[in-house]
Amino acid sequence: MNRESYPNERDVPKQSLGTKRYSPLGQLILARLREFYREPEAIFWVYGFPILMVVALGIAFRNKPAEQIIVDVQRDAAEETKVQFVCNALQKDETFKVQVNDSAQCRLRLRTGKTALVVVPPSSSEGDYEYIFDPTREEGRLAQSKVDDALQRAAGRTDPLPIRMQTVQDPGGRYIDFLVPGLLGMSLMGGGMWGVGFVIVDMRIRKMLKRFLATPMRKSDFLLGILFSRLLFMVPEIFVLLAFAWLAFGVVIQGSLPALVVLILLGALTFAGIGLLVASRAKTLEAVSGLMNLVMLPMWVLSGIFFSSERFPEAMQPFIRALPLTPLNDALRAVMLEGTSLPQLWPQMAILAGWAVGSFVLALRWFRWN
Amino acid sequence: MSAAIRCIDLFKRYEGRPPVEAVRGLDLTVESGECFGLLGPNGAGKTTTIEIIEGLSEPTAGEVEVLGMRWGREDAAIKERIGISLQETRLSEKLQVDETLTLFRSFYQRGLDPDEVIRRVSLEEKATTRVGKLSGGQRQRLAVACALVGDPDLLLLDEPTTGLDPQSRRQLWDLIRDLRAQGRTVLLTTHYMDEAERLCDRVAVVDHGKVIAQGTPRQLITELGGEHVVEFTLEDEEGIPSPELTDLPAVRSVRKDAEHFCLSVAEPHIALPALLERLRQTGHRLAGLTTRHASLEDVFVTLTGRHLRDGETQP
Repeated sequence: MNRESYPNERDVPKQSLGTKRYSPLGQLILARLREFYREPEAIFWVYGFPILMVVALGIAFRNKPAEQIIVDVQRDAAEETKVQFVCNALQKDETFKVQVNDSAQCRLRLRTGKTALVVVPPSSSEGDYEYIFDPTREEGRLAQSKVDDALQRAAGRTDPLPIRMQTVQDPGGRYIDFLVPGLLGMSLMGGGMWGVGFVIVDMRIRKMLKRFLATPMRKSDFLLGILFSRLLFMVPEIFVLLAFAWLAFGVVIQGSLPALVVLILLGALTFAGIGLLVASRAKTLEAVSGLMNLVMLPMWVLSGIFFSSERFPEAMQPFIRALPLTPLNDALRAVMLEGTSLPQLWPQMAILAGWAVGSFVLALRWFRWN
Repeated sequence: MSAAIRCIDLFKRYEGRPPVEAVRGLDLTVESGECFGLLGPNGAGKTTTIEIIEGLSEPTAGEVEVLGMRWGREDAAIKERIGISLQETRLSEKLQVDETLTLFRSFYQRGLDPDEVIRRVSLEEKATTRVGKLSGGQRQRLAVACALVGDPDLLLLDEPTTGLDPQSRRQLWDLIRDLRAQGRTVLLTTHYMDEAERLCDRVAVVDHGKVIAQGTPRQLITELGGEHVVEFTLEDEEGIPSPELTDLPAVRSVRKDAEHFCLSVAEPHIALPALLERLRQTGHRLAGLTTRHASLEDVFVTLTGRHLRDGETQP
């Protein structure tokens, strides 16, 4: 067929022949990378958010120099010398911070958690000392026992057993050390779900999936492109998180780096698969957001990001351990904190691999292009 | 010359409550090398038909042949040789024009160089602009460029000019004429009659999922009975039922909408004096009178009794 007015194929300008080779997979990955790095909000959510979490939680749960216990002394009808005795006894110890207030104020401060314990000295020389506290609050019980010790000793009690204290603070045992692998798992989950699920539904809404379907593009190229670009975004994300935790809090990796990389890859693949599954049919961003939160919420709470999943009742444990984020967090912690080697982590890795394979298979079966 | 597209007795039914029969027994043949227009109001079944031809939707019944091939057997081969633009595709706003085209180019075994395509759709100055910054007309030209980048034999454009300003529409018309001049077959849908008249070698008028008329724009207008239209309004309309006017010489048909009487007329120089004489006899006074060439709009109204615009309000 003659195109334009070139009588012979030879005379067609070279450029219009289009002999240049293009890699569809490479172009799809490149397009995703460009879309991502040109979206400032996305950069914040992916890179800034985990750092903010580390900073905020690192500050909130930093190892405080022996926490102060706030104690109120109720004046009202109390004998002035008894009030003085209590104040003097407690002020010797820097652990306590003492305030003298009337009963109404004491009750109010106790109810609002501003004080841990109210001491009511007796109104006559023979009366009892009274402690008012909330036994369901840990600091209340602690204050009661500490204050009682201090007052009894000040009144002349001697302890029959000689005691010597030794405290330890090894790196690896702090809350921040527990937290960083959890945040790593959380960002692998969030990144996989949003980075795959949200992107695909957005493209479906924009009819891009349909438009691509009308080209000879291979579907496998498209899905691999999404997957590989997700793995690429993850590299700086994880590097930033680990480097920041190391520089700011001295969090170190006890185990081997390759083992950690393998776990991270496995985790990223698993959550990319779940993201794909969630996005396979959703037609609106609201629907996919809802589904993703429905999937992620139980894991945020149960899978041991901020506190150990073992705090939940025994009956729930089989369910919790079957969720994909739990074995991922457990394995990341084992490698980072205890230096466990990969072969010992096979049960966790098997659960993750099961989720990855299962979700990819179902997602590819259910996926709707238009 | 072989047919580029052949649809035989196409049916498409969307299940739902109530089920919708978008296409009901549509026959269509598009010859190789022509620019063919599917005309009709919104909801007539144009988009469903074009998506079936594009392989994006499966017909409930009927046969489709594209470039001599069938969907379901030679999908990859068909996709290599067609280029499409959907009614509403939002290309990634963060990508540049050249990046978008390189992406689409990469899907095809052979095709045009992205720079060459940019030149053909006159977007050279916007080559490194992000899609989000383009105007509506530029976006539509980019959509056509994406259809063109695989160097297709057949282009399927769904409402390429809807929502564009007159100047952008004209630019797209030029572009589509060029494509046709290069020997490509173009099938486009539109509900602008003037567009179909200017652009298309042949048109098919689609209504309620069927082709109700087919031919060159000129043929359709001639079949209407007259190439001219005389429109007039009266100061007082009483006592002049429109059928009475059909007996006037050279008048082929008469219709009346809200205030106008419209006469399809073969020879206005014969019909007009007769009309004026009749009005004088019945004692009516003219409030306005115009004559013009008949258009596809007139064809459509005559065929369906509705204006194209009416269709838009009742999907």
